[in-house]
Amino acid sequence: MYVVVVGGGKVGYYLTKTLIGEGHEVLLIEKDKKKCEALVHSLGSVVVRGDGCEASTLTEVGTGRADVVVAVTGDDEDNLIVCQMAKKRFNVPRTIARINNPKNERIFKILGIDVTISSTDIIMSQIEQELPVHSFTHLLTLRGAGLEIVETQVAPESRLAGRALRDSALPAECAISLVLRDGKPIIPTGNLILESGDLVIAVTSPGSEDELRGLFRGKT
Amino acid sequence: MNIIVLGCGRVGAALAMMLDAEGHSVTVIDQNSDAFRRLGAGYKGNMVLGTGIDEDVLRSAGIEKADAFAAVTNGDNTNIMASQIASMIFHVPRVVTRIYDPIREETYRTLGLDTICPTSIGARLFKERLLAGIGDS
Repeated sequence: MYVVVVGGGKVGYYLTKTLIGEGHEVLLIEKDKKKCEALVHSLGSVVVRGDGCEASTLTEVGTGRADVVVAVTGDDEDNLIVCQMAKKRFNVPRTIARINNPKNERIFKILGIDVTISSTDIIMSQIEQELPVHSFTHLLTLRGAGLEIVETQVAPESRLAGRALRDSALPAECAISLVLRDGKPIIPTGNLILESGDLVIAVTSPGSEDELRGLFRGKT
Repeated sequence: MNIIVLGCGRVGAALAMMLDAEGHSVTVIDQNSDAFRRLGAGYKGNMVLGTGIDEDVLRSAGIEKADAFAAVTNGDNTNIMASQIASMIFHVPRVVTRIYDPIREETYRTLGLDTICPTSIGARLFKERLLAGIGDS
């Protein structure tokens, strides 16, 4: 596979190194002269100095035959332009962008970028998994459907506790799919009365997530 | 008209003041508060501090009700991304983007952005002025 990596920071450096180690053909583009010299010293001739947003640089490195272009600079706007240029001008089949602002995931998708990776989101989901109480963990994102599967717990203060599911007025675009009580799974029906401490697997749209989180946590 | 000007540099500030003087409702966005000093004392419009590629910042600048959006920061990529957010996410009816790099300008013009490339315009004006009256050759 031929992979073009744009951005020679730490992510770009280790990504390039790992890809080479796995036997792929890789080219790393970096703008800064000093960074470039250090990268050439370590990685050799796979490093090209240039602006990955410019058509001339992308032409020079043979982007037209690239299988994947990965943009991992520290700036979301630069990563967007790199991927769009690769896709629209060079017909690269797959583009991957690193994003810093998690909200840009949706924007990038609408603007035609195939895959986005948000370090903020990744770290957040790890933190969420470690939090002992009132956790709200993202288990899976169903990108095509625009839905998320989350795991959360009924807090003692939550108004869901002691109430039948059918009366609990969940936010729109939310469904409780499974309840785990004392480790035992319960397939929920409208009659099920949730108890404080119940673990719940729910399906929600990203837009309803905050409301759902508040409901389980018991905040007003 | 409700108009948002992204970037309060020389062009952005001048544009905002012109539109404000003509009675439009103007909001200027810049990530550097010092930049707002370029707006003259007579400027009556709004100022929002923040980056124009953040949809929360754009919302607080009133993009949902904007009739027009001008992207005139000094970064081509910021202008391109902000303009795409304005037109494709918030459906602002009129969006104009400044892009210095002529090749990038051509690419995004082809992709449907309404662009202005000061580099090409400037070079052409200089050429015309330098060769005025000399005849084509």
